[in-house]
Amino acid sequence: MTTVALPPVHTSSAAAGRSRLWRSEWTKLRTVRSTWWTLFAMAVVTLGVAAIAGATVSHNWHTFNVAQRATFDPTGITLKGLLFSQLIIGVLGVLVMSAEYGTGTIRSTLAATPRRARVLAAKAVIVGTLSLVVGEALSFSAFLLGQGLLRSPAPHALLSQPGVTRAVLGGGVVIALLGLFALGLAAIVRHSAGAITTYVGVLLVVPIILQTLPSSFSQPILKFMPFHISDVMTSVVTAGQGSSLSPWAGAGVLGLYALAALGVGGYLLVRRDA
Amino acid sequence: MIKVTELTKRYRDTVAVRELSFEVPAGVVTGFLGPNGSGKSTTMRMIMGLDRPDHGSITINGRSYHDLAHPLREVGALLEAKAIHPGRSAYHHLQYLAETNGIARRRIDEVLDMVGLAEVARRRVGKFSLGMGQRLGIASALLGDPGVLLFDEPVNGLDPEGILWVRNLLKGLAAEGRSVFVSSHLMSEMALTADRLVVIGRGALISEGSVDDFIADTTGSYVRVRGPRLDEIARALESNGASIEPDGDDALAVSGLDIVEIGEIAGERRLVLHELSPQAASLEEAFMSLTHDSVEYHGHATDVVVATGK
Repeated sequence: MTTVALPPVHTSSAAAGRSRLWRSEWTKLRTVRSTWWTLFAMAVVTLGVAAIAGATVSHNWHTFNVAQRATFDPTGITLKGLLFSQLIIGVLGVLVMSAEYGTGTIRSTLAATPRRARVLAAKAVIVGTLSLVVGEALSFSAFLLGQGLLRSPAPHALLSQPGVTRAVLGGGVVIALLGLFALGLAAIVRHSAGAITTYVGVLLVVPIILQTLPSSFSQPILKFMPFHISDVMTSVVTAGQGSSLSPWAGAGVLGLYALAALGVGGYLLVRRDA
Repeated sequence: MIKVTELTKRYRDTVAVRELSFEVPAGVVTGFLGPNGSGKSTTMRMIMGLDRPDHGSITINGRSYHDLAHPLREVGALLEAKAIHPGRSAYHHLQYLAETNGIARRRIDEVLDMVGLAEVARRRVGKFSLGMGQRLGIASALLGDPGVLLFDEPVNGLDPEGILWVRNLLKGLAAEGRSVFVSSHLMSEMALTADRLVVIGRGALISEGSVDDFIADTTGSYVRVRGPRLDEIARALESNGASIEPDGDDALAVSGLDIVEIGEIAGERRLVLHELSPQAASLEEAFMSLTHDSVEYHGHATDVVVATGK
C-alpha cells in the first residue's frame, strides 16, 4: 500500500503486548513529578506519625491508667500514619487516570491501544504493584521505627508475636487496595477534582455523617467503611469485636471496593467516547 | 488508505455527522474542508477509534481501527495541539507511546530530529510554545512510520516558517506514497497543500474530488466578454447554446462555451471583441458558495443542528 522511505520499526511478538503496556504505563507514572511527590509525602507522614507515637507514648506511659495499659497496641499505634498515606495514595491512583483526561493524552493512549480494557488493566497492575511495594516498605519501616522509639516500661511489639506480622503486612495491603479503588473511581469520574473529592468523601465524609446518626443504624454500615477496615487490619488489639469485620474479611471488602470501581470504570471506558 | 462509509454520529439530539462517505487514497494529500463545527474533528476521532459511530463503518487499509494490532505503525494522528502532559519531557511522551506499539528507541530520536525538537527533547513540555507543541504532536504521528496520517488543523498557531514546513512535510509524506488526510477551515491553505478535497457542511458530504474539479464544478467558472456590440454578441452566443448574464454594465458573463468557441463565433460574424478572458473562481469562493447552499438546503431539516466543534 505504501512505499516507506523511513527505516522500518522494530517488530516483536504479540505475546509481548501485555508487558509492553505495563512498561508504557510505568514510563508514564515515573516520568511525572507528582508521583514522586506523593510517595515522598506518604513517607513523611507515615514515618513521622510512627516516630511521634513511639516517643510520646514512652514519655507519657506513667500517666496511662490500667485499662489504657491493658488495651495498648504498640503495633497499631505506630501504623496510624498509614491513615494519611491512604488519602495520599488515593491522589496518586486518581491522577494516573484523570491526568490523562485533563491533559488530553487519553486520546493518544487509546489510539495506541484501541482495546481499552487492557489500558485500565495495565494501569491497575502498575498502580497496584507500586502502591503495594511502597505500602509494605512504609508499613515495615514505620513499625520498626516506632518500636525502636518505644522505651520501657512501655511495651513494644515484635514481628514474631501473634498478629503482628499480619497487621504490618496489612498496612501495605490497605494502601495497594485503596490505590486501585482510587484508580477505578477516576476511570468513572474522569476529572481529578471530582475523583479526589469522591475518594475523600468515601473515606472521610461518609463515616463522619454516619456517626451523627443513631448507632443502631450506623454501626452495621461503619464496619464496612475503608478507614474502619484499615484500622482493624493494622491493629493487633481490637476493641469492640462485634462491631468490626475480621482483618481478613476487611481485606476482602476493600478488594471488592477496588474491583467494583475498576469494573464499572473499565466498562465505562470501553463504552464512552474518549 | 481510509474508507469511510455512511458514517453517522449523534450527540443527544444533535447530528454531528450524517451519512458521510468518502475515501482517502494513498499518495496524495486529501484536504478535509468545512466550516467550524461542521463535524471534521468528530469524523477524525471516529477514524481513530476514539468516538463510536452510531451508524456506518470506517476501514483503514481494509481493517477497522479496533482490529489493528499495532495501530501506531499503521495510522498516525495529530488531533489536538498540546494534548501532552505538561510535566513530562518530549522524549518521555514519545517513549511511552513507542513502548505500547513495540517501536524501537532510536525511532524516538529520529522523529525528534525530523521535527526539529532534538535540542529540547529532555525539557518539560509545559515550557513549550504552541508551535513546539504542534511539532511534538507531529512527531507522535510519525513515530510508528505509518502509511496513513491524519492531521487536524496542523498549521494552527504556527508562524509562517512553521506553516511552510508543515506544508512541505505533508506533500513529502504523500509523495512517499502515504495517505495524508488534513483538515482545515482555511481554504487558502488547502489550495496550496491538497490534491484532493473532501468538503463537508453540517456533517454531510458536499463534494469530493480533485481541487481543480472542485473549483470548476462549483462556482460556474465563466468567460468574460466585452466588445462594442454586446447585444449582437450575446445573441450570437446564445444561438450557439451559451447562457449569458450581464457582468457589470459593459461585459457579459458567458458560460457553456470556452474562449476558443466564443472567439470563433465572434470572428465568423465579424464582431469585434475587446476582452475574452476565462474567470476562475478561487477555492475560497467555491467553498463559500457551496457551504452557503448547504446551509440553506439543510436549514429546513429540523433534526439537524450545528454540532459544537472541539
